[in-house]
Amino acid sequence: MKLQMATRHAVLAVLELAAQPDRHMSASDIAEKYAISPNHLAKVLRTLGREGLVEAARGVGGGYRFAANARRLNLLEVIGIFEAIGSKAGRDREAGDDTAEGAALRTVLEEIEDTASATLSSITISTMLKMIEKTNARNGV
Amino acid sequence: MPRSASSPNPVTIRPATLDDVRQVIALDNKITHAPKPDYWHSMFERYGGVAADRFFLVATRHKDLLGFVIGEVRAWEFGSPPAGWIFIIAIDPKARLSGLGSDLFDAMCSCFRNAGVRTVRTMLARDAQLMMSFFRSQGMMAGQFIELEMDLGE
Repeated sequence: MKLQMATRHAVLAVLELAAQPDRHMSASDIAEKYAISPNHLAKVLRTLGREGLVEAARGVGGGYRFAANARRLNLLEVIGIFEAIGSKAGRDREAGDDTAEGAALRTVLEEIEDTASATLSSITISTMLKMIEKTNARNGV
Repeated sequence: MPRSASSPNPVTIRPATLDDVRQVIALDNKITHAPKPDYWHSMFERYGGVAADRFFLVATRHKDLLGFVIGEVRAWEFGSPPAGWIFIIAIDPKARLSGLGSDLFDAMCSCFRNAGVRTVRTMLARDAQLMMSFFRSQGMMAGQFIELEMDLGE
């Protein structure tokens, strides 16, 4: 499974900000850490701001900070802002869908998409932060 | 295994006794709205008491039951080496978000470790998001098995 660029940037930014929810961090600082485009990230952060997941502060010491509940917010909710996941995501009809072969293929793909959706919806930002802590501990960070 | 002996209202996690079954039934009914006393009595007969591979733990404060967990070490089904299975964990809604679920989970894992297993496993409905999030938050990930099923009506 591969996420679209904006989605991936959003998840990384949310994780970065949620790790220290009292801290403001600029788009450029986040972009530098993950080696991604600051301009693109700025657009993503504005979208996250409109959704209430981050808050922006202007001026010296400004930047973005996490504004959601890390124990409640799950990965599917972040990803769903940018792209559709799961068999109920309203996919367009594709050529061959009306054939038995197309229906069989769609059934298998929907199983995969539903599993992905269930996985992403069960992992909160808080759980992701625990996973990151474990990885850092293993790596001596 | 008292959870917090220094607090004024310590929670105790211990093996279930027959006297707990009435409150287990009531808590399950409170959560599922489907009373099933016979089922819980049979679960106590199977998992209650002291056994090396079956565990029925309850969390209590004074005489109030706040939650329970049931698990068992099972071996070689589906070709799996011995592993601890958690069948159910239930917490009184009033006692949630206090870490009690994590404490019951940890207590069950200790039972499994003492029984010599190094893997803990459970199975959930795909749409049981709350329970799945809980187990994920404990560090559980998808395992090496996939559950398959078929409608026999066709």
